[in-house]
Amino acid sequence: MQISTSWLAEWVDVGSDVPALAHALTMAGLEIEGITLAAPALGGVVVAEVRHVERHPDAEKLHVCRVFDGEQEWQIVCGAQNVRAGLKAPLARIGAELPGGLKIKAAKLRGVESSGMLCSAKELGLGDDLPGLLELPEAAVVGQDIVRALTLDDHILALNLTPNRGDCMSMLGVAREVATVRSVPLYVPVASTVEPAIQDIFPVRLEAGTACPKFLSRVIRGIRPGARSPLWLRERLRRAGLRPISAVVDVTNYVMLELGQPMHAYDIRNLDGAIVVRHATPAEKLTLLDGRAIELQADVLVIADLAGPLGLAGVMGGSASGISDETTEVLLEVAYFSPAAIAGRGRRYGLVTDASQRFERGVDPHLQERAIERATQLLIEIAGGYAGPVSAIKLAGWQEPEHREIHLRHARVNRVLGMAVDEAELVGSLKRLGMRVSEAGQGEWRVRPPSWRFDIAIEEDLIEEVVRIHGYDKVEGRDALVRQVITATTETRIAAERLADLLAARGYQEAVTYSFVDPALQQVLFPQVTALAIKNPISAELAVMRLSLWPGLVQALRENQRRQQPRVRLFELGRSFSAEQGTETELIAGLAAGPRLPEQWGEPTTAIDFYDVKADVSALLRLTGDPEAFRFEAGSHPALHPGQTARIVRNGRPVGWIGALHPERVRALGLTYTAIVFELEVESALAAIVPAAVEISKFPGIRRDLAVIVSEEITYSAITEAAKLSGGSLLKRITAFDVYRGQGIDKGKKSIALALNLKDTSRTLTDSEADAIVTRVVDHLGSELGAKIRDK
Amino acid sequence: MSESADLNALIAEARSEIEQCADLAFLDLIRVRLLGKKGEITDRLKALGAMDPETRRAAGATINAAKDQIAAALGQRKEVLEAQELADRLSKDSLDVTLPGRGQPPGGLHPVTRARRRIEQIFRQAGFIVADGPEIEDDWHNFEALNIPADHPARAMHDTFYFPDGRLLRTHTSPVQIRAMQTQAPPLKIISPGRVYRCDSDMTHTPMFHQVEGLVVDEGISFANLKAALQSFLRAFFEASVSIRLRPSYFPFTEPSAEFDISCVACSGQGCRVCKQTGWLEVGGCGMVHPNVLRAVNIDPEKYTGYAFGMGVERLAMLRYKVGDIRLYFENDLRFLRQFA
Repeated sequence: MQISTSWLAEWVDVGSDVPALAHALTMAGLEIEGITLAAPALGGVVVAEVRHVERHPDAEKLHVCRVFDGEQEWQIVCGAQNVRAGLKAPLARIGAELPGGLKIKAAKLRGVESSGMLCSAKELGLGDDLPGLLELPEAAVVGQDIVRALTLDDHILALNLTPNRGDCMSMLGVAREVATVRSVPLYVPVASTVEPAIQDIFPVRLEAGTACPKFLSRVIRGIRPGARSPLWLRERLRRAGLRPISAVVDVTNYVMLELGQPMHAYDIRNLDGAIVVRHATPAEKLTLLDGRAIELQADVLVIADLAGPLGLAGVMGGSASGISDETTEVLLEVAYFSPAAIAGRGRRYGLVTDASQRFERGVDPHLQERAIERATQLLIEIAGGYAGPVSAIKLAGWQEPEHREIHLRHARVNRVLGMAVDEAELVGSLKRLGMRVSEAGQGEWRVRPPSWRFDIAIEEDLIEEVVRIHGYDKVEGRDALVRQVITATTETRIAAERLADLLAARGYQEAVTYSFVDPALQQVLFPQVTALAIKNPISAELAVMRLSLWPGLVQALRENQRRQQPRVRLFELGRSFSAEQGTETELIAGLAAGPRLPEQWGEPTTAIDFYDVKADVSALLRLTGDPEAFRFEAGSHPALHPGQTARIVRNGRPVGWIGALHPERVRALGLTYTAIVFELEVESALAAIVPAAVEISKFPGIRRDLAVIVSEEITYSAITEAAKLSGGSLLKRITAFDVYRGQGIDKGKKSIALALNLKDTSRTLTDSEADAIVTRVVDHLGSELGAKIRDK
Repeated sequence: MSESADLNALIAEARSEIEQCADLAFLDLIRVRLLGKKGEITDRLKALGAMDPETRRAAGATINAAKDQIAAALGQRKEVLEAQELADRLSKDSLDVTLPGRGQPPGGLHPVTRARRRIEQIFRQAGFIVADGPEIEDDWHNFEALNIPADHPARAMHDTFYFPDGRLLRTHTSPVQIRAMQTQAPPLKIISPGRVYRCDSDMTHTPMFHQVEGLVVDEGISFANLKAALQSFLRAFFEASVSIRLRPSYFPFTEPSAEFDISCVACSGQGCRVCKQTGWLEVGGCGMVHPNVLRAVNIDPEKYTGYAFGMGVERLAMLRYKVGDIRLYFENDLRFLRQFA
């Protein structure tokens, strides 16, 4: 909301220090986000009178005018259509600077001297008002600086109102708050009434029960069609952020801004028979003022006539019954709707309007009489016409509701706030806020909130009011005394910090990517899987939930490659979201691309490969204390190179993937070069076991080296598993120290050199025992895997 | 020439030869020639056997003295040569220590992680437990239980991402607090860090960001306690004696509610570009847990009171690490990320 301080000052003493006022309001919960002036800085523009107008000799659309600025007459060339003798308008004199930087100089326009410029509203930075010259009132003082004449030095407060304070969505409401905060009186103008000049009443029927229990209407006939609001009213609307439209619409908006009561005006000629306030019938249709046709639901309140709905009650009018420039007969509507009947209805159709915002937060049920009188008075003043009597229809037996009384205990106030609040201050604050307070025993009260507050329902609400007026900044902080609690803590969960630190230490940079991804990119990596789609995504590129962290990391890789980063190593900790079960899985994933090491003098530059990243993954798995439980099994994944993919399995259960991106995907994704990627399910892959230490052998071990020739398809892990099986418990460790293909080895075969480490914990092994074990291993590898010992 | 004159000549000659010797191997050859099994001194000692005892004793003493002198000279020279050789080797092996080290340089953590860890660490040492919950939530946990019914105007404050089945991406980590209160009885002292989502994207908003919310519920927890907790936390986080300011605000799930600001960390509250000349920076929202929220999770609001607060991790990281644009956090530009070790 935008609050003009000059308007506000008509209701309450705002003081002379605008920033101090803004601060006081902010600290009372009415946050002022900014202070601006009603118009951009202006200099050298004055009220002037056009004294004489004649056609420009050489230009059809221009006029040559004589204009008096209070001191002397100037010859001014003007192109506006509404220029005429006797008009008072702003004159930018020579030397004036207009918003946007235009400097006024003496000029010749089609050969005629012009010493200044007559200005439109737009040229003065007053927004898009009427076209042509800004017509100043006849009473304007010629020669007066325009800033003073139009109070353009008016400060406008940008008020960011919280949703609970519907009562402050008006000048009256803000003034009331200022009066409370500054401890000054509120000047409520005496409500004037307009005596009826005609007796016409338009029939109204209430058929929505308590959703609309009170409906005031008034017929006004004979208004000047196409009447425009005076400048002062247009300026107030503009400073409040509204656009002036026509006298009738402007007046309803003005009264809403002034009192907080939204209202509506109909052209009576467009009304059929009677106004009916009712709930919509299912699938009933309505064309809104903005031209959109909507289909209504049965819990939506409408204002209808006998032909059908005219508007969405409390939200927006319809297109058919609106005011036009031909309108002469008006029906004013001022209704009270229960907040629950309006809340959320507009939002269903994407409508958040000035009316709906006020009604759903609550409008004072006593306000309608005052509002309809005020609107009648202004409308007749501006556009003429004759008013009928106010027709007030109320639900039978209904009375303006009173808020429930709230029981307030001094002790509770002190306990919740953690401070001792003075009793007189407590009661005084509530009374200043318009609450009725009555004693209900020692240190206890019954408090009834005023009719305009809809946010005070329980004791805590009152406590907030008390401390708000006391000043949040005056509450002294005090450390809490909290009971000692020591909670169960597991050692089987590796802290995320440890995982992240390990990868960071191994050269990976942590990334954080969005949990929603580009469906097209994800589809390339996971062609067969359906992702969870968001109903209202922020963009088509962030439309589905990720199935893996790879889409985000791959996109980060692509963008970094575009930024000429040759070497990319990224990891992320985060969740994937499955569409079928709707489950979330905590994952850790990584990606490495480019040279193995940054360019350096001590190592040749080589491309990263599968085994580099496998070592990083193995390092993560080692944190479990259970590395023996893991297997890397050749696998197949649509995102990955078919010959460089491993499924990571723990005790038979799949827990992750590692592999090189498939060359086709690399091409499809527009990557400059490939990457090795991995992903592990944190919960299953990285659950730790609590270590149980075993005895360390005091006796020396024996190492025997062995080179075996096997077919290409025999894997290292098949060899080591077979060796372990036949080697027995004294074979402690097998290490591959060379893999060789080429000269001396048949095509389709490879030679793997193994070191066997043999050891016993209770004695020193003899050479013959070692020989026997090696023989067993060699025999077993030969019979099981067709392995041959490579000749030395 | 007498025997002793002859020996003196030998010693002199040997000395001179030893002094001039520049090589350990050659020095050893000299030793063998003089003192070895068939060496000149050894030969003379062998010849003693043929002498009469009187002469043998005198001659023996002289030869042994000569032997000692030569051995000493050899020893000294050997030390010198060995020291020289070591010096040569060290000089040859010396490195240009200014060349960079070999191998894999470390990566680093994301600034949001870095800030989040710091926040967690500070609260952990004050006895808070870190709690976690789903990112896809149901309406009840994200809104209803937090006193935000379906048509409540406050829903407009949360631009929510929905799924076709009515579930949603959590708009705050408050549902974690609801879940904690459902499963544990007071006293409760938790923080809930994590990703949250709002359908909003511009210069200062990203559709995903991180929040840390805190919750303390016990008997006698007060607004004054909340203020102290925030004050202490923010001073710890910024390692500076920042001032804190609570402003009345509105959240359906707290009453009284407040937004909390800190004195600008860039200008110490003097007014600058970072704080838009106000001297204050908005950090988060807080308040006393609304009795309806406690009731929704079967905690008696007459017996227990609680405070809750929430703040954006990106926001704190921006202030702490001088990050100018929130969107940088999710672009994952290595040139940006590498600045945070």
